[in-house]
Amino acid sequence: MSRLFLKALSLSHFRSHRATRLALDHRPVAIFGANGAGKTNILEAISLLSPGRGLRRAAAGEMARRPEEVGWKVTAALDSLGQHHEIETWAEPGQARQLRIDGKTAPQAELGRIARILWLTPAMDRLWTEGAEGRRRFLDRIALSLFPEHGDIALRYERAMRERNRLLRDGVRDGRWYEALEAQMASAGAALLAGRRAAIARLAAVQPRAEGPFPAATLSLETPEGEALPDSERALAAAIARSRPRDMAAGRSLIGPHRQDLVAVYAAKAVPARDCSTGEQKALLISLILANARAIAEDFGAPPILLLDEVAAHLDAQRRAALFAEILALGAQAWMTGTGEELFDELGEKAQRLEVREAQGQSLVEMRD
Amino acid sequence: MADAPQEIEALIDMMARLPGLGPRSARRAVLHLIARRGQLLAPLAQAMQAVAETARECLNCGNIATADICPICASEARANGELCVVEDVADLWAMERAGVFRGRYHVLGGTLSALDSIGPEELRIPRLLDRIEAENITEVILALNATVDGQTTAHYIADALEGRVRVSSLAQGVPVGGELDYLDDGTITAALRARKTL
Ligand SMILES: Nc1ncnc2c1ncn2[C@@H]1O[C@H](COP(=O)(O)OP(=O)(O)OP(=O)(O)O)[C@@H](O)[C@H]1O
Ligand SMILES: [Mg+2]
Ligand SMILES: [Zn+2]
Repeated sequence: MSRLFLKALSLSHFRSHRATRLALDHRPVAIFGANGAGKTNILEAISLLSPGRGLRRAAAGEMARRPEEVGWKVTAALDSLGQHHEIETWAEPGQARQLRIDGKTAPQAELGRIARILWLTPAMDRLWTEGAEGRRRFLDRIALSLFPEHGDIALRYERAMRERNRLLRDGVRDGRWYEALEAQMASAGAALLAGRRAAIARLAAVQPRAEGPFPAATLSLETPEGEALPDSERALAAAIARSRPRDMAAGRSLIGPHRQDLVAVYAAKAVPARDCSTGEQKALLISLILANARAIAEDFGAPPILLLDEVAAHLDAQRRAALFAEILALGAQAWMTGTGEELFDELGEKAQRLEVREAQGQSLVEMRD
Repeated sequence: MADAPQEIEALIDMMARLPGLGPRSARRAVLHLIARRGQLLAPLAQAMQAVAETARECLNCGNIATADICPICASEARANGELCVVEDVADLWAMERAGVFRGRYHVLGGTLSALDSIGPEELRIPRLLDRIEAENITEVILALNATVDGQTTAHYIADALEGRVRVSSLAQGVPVGGELDYLDDGTITAALRARKTL
């Protein structure tokens, strides 16, 4: 069966959850409960089943349940294209997060082989109006979800650039050392640019042609004014090398993929996303996530697990119904949160329901039918 | 929480600092040693004493030795003009285990990293350059890890040697971020045979 879903999930000493155990089927999951009950914490735990720091970008230590702080663990049983997998991730106090897949220690990049997870959080509502860094990260996560090797490439680029920035700040003048690092930046950088472009092309190919409740966005890449960003490895290395005197004065690398910005335009209106209304910006984001999910369904063979935090609350009834219809058509196990149960009425039997409460300082989760 | 006499607790503390051992396994290891103090503990203490007195880094290549010059650098049979550059002694041992390389080594003792304050001097790179003429080296084989720092170091050395000697690098059968020490002999042999000139 071409599905990807969690069959079981357990959270142990993870944020507000002391011991939460869930048994699930492939249907979407509606989570409801009061503010502070522990709904988003469940989504965050699931987001750790994909490479990176999860949907809050938290450090391992922050996720340990207070006041005990004894270390936490998230365990999941996954059905991925009919194959059964066990994923365990945990952190001991003061230590980095660890990962085991099917009983064997594994690097995070391995997760992309068996699972694809996308998320949308309220914090992303400001994506189009805040700094370029968030948009770059958003695009790199899309690329990572489509091409698992993108994560490694991004880390290699980042490492080489940080090394070079250190040389610049320390005023080191060993040209050979710069050149060696610039070669690494250029090789990872060219791959990074190619991955971003390929991700944009992939999304464009699966965006709906007709105007629906979630408007298509045209994506493009931009570099700061007056800066050219060559995309061949050789030209990129040369451009970074030419920038050395300027970089030395600035104390950091001024040219490279880390300066690129993602621009989105509301296609039907030809209005840049940053000038759209709040509701339109949200609709654009949802449209991109859905396009990403469709592309994954085609390329990976199953739709991704979706984590949609408070997505229902910000949509009018008509758009909400349209979103549910899209999710059901995709066949994705979408985890959606909201404060009220009635937000999910429309889904009826087609979703499983979880009620989350806070009692005596811990989150309690109950399956509702 | 000292439940053993002070000297024994001190030994456990030291053992627990060894890679691969934690406080619990160190405690078990020490109990095991004490239970077999005749066959195991005393000979182990002697062996450690002997190594503590004689172990040092080879002045020429950085290999671990018990004399100023290691057996590989001392052996004329290994002077075949090939010099293999590795990050650390564990990598050298991995190459030796595979048993295919007949030349000599140069152990850098790390990789270039500005963030960790490791520059060319810290890595015996000047010494490496001196060895090319002194030992009539005809080919330098870079056996560095596929990490960013490993590849930066490889690029740096290749650049410094350009025009002086043939420089090659192990074929990339080596996985990204993979370390020589973790590769099996067959993979190392294949990577050496298929090395490519830079
Ligand atoms: N490390 C931690 N240890 C214990 N509790 C924590 C930890 N981190 C966060 N919490 C608590 O978890 C609670 C639930 O957080 P969560 O974000 O999941 O709520 P929510 O149900 O999504 O609420 P809302 O509807 O307001 O978004 C919060 O009260 C928060 O203080
Ligand atoms: Mg929340
Ligand atoms: Zn030696």
